[in-house]
Amino acid sequence: MSALSIGPVSGVLLVPLCAAAVLALLPGYRLTARLNVVACLLTMLAAFSLFFTGRPPAGAYLFVDDLNIVFIALNTFVGFTTSLFSASYIAHELHIGRLTPVHLRFYHAMYQIMMFGMNLALVSNSIGLMWVAVELATLTTVMMVGIYRTHAALEAAWKYFILGSVGIALALFGTILVYMAARPVIGEGTDAMVWTSLIERAADFDPALLNVAFVFLLLGYGTKVGLAPLHAWLPDAHAEGPTPISAVLSGLLLNVALYAVLRFKMLLAANPEALTPGPLMMVMGLVSLIFAAFMLYRRRDIKRMFAYSSIEHMGIIVFAFGIGGPLANFAGLLHMVMHSLTKSAIFFAVGHIAQVKGTQRLADIRGLSVTHPWLAWSLVCGVVAIAGLPPFGIFMSEFLLLSSTFAREPLLAVLLVVGLLAAFGALLRHLNGIVFGEPTGSTAPAEASYLPMFAHLALVLVAGIYLPPPLVAWFQHIARLLG
Amino acid sequence: MGALTFDIAHMLAGGLVLISFMMLYQARLSALINFFALHALVLTLSVAWQAYVQDAPHLFLTAGIALVFKVIVVPIALRSIVRRLGIHREIENVVGGGLTMFAGMALVALSLVLMLRVAHAADPLAREDLAFALSAVLLGMLMMVTRRNAVSQIVGFMSLENGLILAATGARGMPFVVEISVAFSILIAFIVIGIFLFRIRERFDTVDIRALDEYRGEQR
Repeated sequence: MSALSIGPVSGVLLVPLCAAAVLALLPGYRLTARLNVVACLLTMLAAFSLFFTGRPPAGAYLFVDDLNIVFIALNTFVGFTTSLFSASYIAHELHIGRLTPVHLRFYHAMYQIMMFGMNLALVSNSIGLMWVAVELATLTTVMMVGIYRTHAALEAAWKYFILGSVGIALALFGTILVYMAARPVIGEGTDAMVWTSLIERAADFDPALLNVAFVFLLLGYGTKVGLAPLHAWLPDAHAEGPTPISAVLSGLLLNVALYAVLRFKMLLAANPEALTPGPLMMVMGLVSLIFAAFMLYRRRDIKRMFAYSSIEHMGIIVFAFGIGGPLANFAGLLHMVMHSLTKSAIFFAVGHIAQVKGTQRLADIRGLSVTHPWLAWSLVCGVVAIAGLPPFGIFMSEFLLLSSTFAREPLLAVLLVVGLLAAFGALLRHLNGIVFGEPTGSTAPAEASYLPMFAHLALVLVAGIYLPPPLVAWFQHIARLLG
Repeated sequence: MGALTFDIAHMLAGGLVLISFMMLYQARLSALINFFALHALVLTLSVAWQAYVQDAPHLFLTAGIALVFKVIVVPIALRSIVRRLGIHREIENVVGGGLTMFAGMALVALSLVLMLRVAHAADPLAREDLAFALSAVLLGMLMMVTRRNAVSQIVGFMSLENGLILAATGARGMPFVVEISVAFSILIAFIVIGIFLFRIRERFDTVDIRALDEYRGEQR
């Protein structure tokens, strides 16, 4: 079987799996934190080598195509930089006694299993396997969110768990319906769940079944994406878990769920009689954007605030893919990559800030530019980027999306602008308080790892100024695939 | 396909929905857990019947997992949680029993109308199984939103999951059914163990999740 032969795809899957086993057994946080970084680096190298080596032919379980390769590369890259950040973050948590060495063993093993689950979801060719992988990734994040075992952390984990379980249950029902639609055409058995054969024959499927299936899938995986009526788990999970997990949740897990939605959207688009999935996604995206933008104003917790900002941006991305067409899809893809990089950089900064100040309350974090200028200015760069100001990459993707929306749906574009401006105002208002004003709290120097933060911000900045033509061509190609 | 085959499959799937209804109005946790065990037993029979009808031996494995895990192990574990935490008396509902029953009827009607109309192309057995399965899923979800108690939310989730297993076994020849039932069992084991480990009783003095709701992360 091609899945087990030695190659980049098996590297992306086997490295995290083996690392999880090793990390669960080894004591000592210095060693395990380093091993965690090394494992993430190896996974990333395996993922990047996919671009250069020939791709394995699509098997019954695993495959690599032009779409998921981008997600895998992004996933493993942010996974690697987060492991770097995590090493210094965890050292501090251990120092102040919030975590014990036993917790850390568990934490590192879970980190690798989560990477395995996400990578598996991205490379799986079978919609059943993809569902199992997303469930695995969710379950591990639930446990990491509850790792501090405080009152608040347990509540967040419980809420995440219940909403996440309902979400995956709905997604499974949708998956079963897709199988039922495919069975009369493809025949019984594994083939009727294989993505590559599904998309080839989608035109012959029963459109009514596909429609219902898509609604279930959109609601199910949409819960994981954090779309508006189903988002309630997201702010709590981001605020109460360890900050590296917040970064991975926002930067990666939401994307993986979005990837699942996109796959099924392509399936529906391939069937001429099925409903167009666009309007549903546009409505959910816009509602998420506007809701989250106004919710941003009254936040009092710094991590919770950026969690709402993630809901806002996932709304924008889902809206972009919903409106469709080459330009909007291009904008959606670019926005997704930029958001992952920027939001995880912000969480890196926020993690260190919350550690040096000993609080997550916005009211207690003031005048950071005086006490910790490096952290403060990194945060300023991150927030300016996430608010969509030039010269950062998000400005470009939002600009592309807006111009495409104005050309096709001017009325919706007005709503989009309202949401973007509202979020912009809220973010800058809070940023002003955090960075300037009378300094509060500890002035002890931060033992921060700046490298991951700066690397992400530099990439976002470069993307805002100059996108290499091969990358543009690649994204345009995917945008056409998405339809 | 013989009429008897069809009738037995219908009776079992319909029985599952009926027990879902009965779970909706149980006022005592111990009774609720008993009804859940019955629910899982009916699911086991239904899956075993499908395995026999479809000549799919691997489904017997799913039936076996349901029998051992959901009929025996989980109810025993839940009963011991209830006993240790001393919460066997009454369950608080968010809305009254009558209203919940009406909502349940509306959900069943909705799923019948939807699935029977949409799945007309599928074979009749699978189609009606799917309608019953969706009813069980929606009733489980209703139970999760109308109950405030953590244990009864878990029971609601498990009855929802029974509906999903029914749907998965009803879809003839579907791959991954065994894997999915194993994955769900692991999931449920994690929650039940989680309640034990995190000693929700010690931390909250109650498994009533209203106590959790009182905490809002931002109002410290």
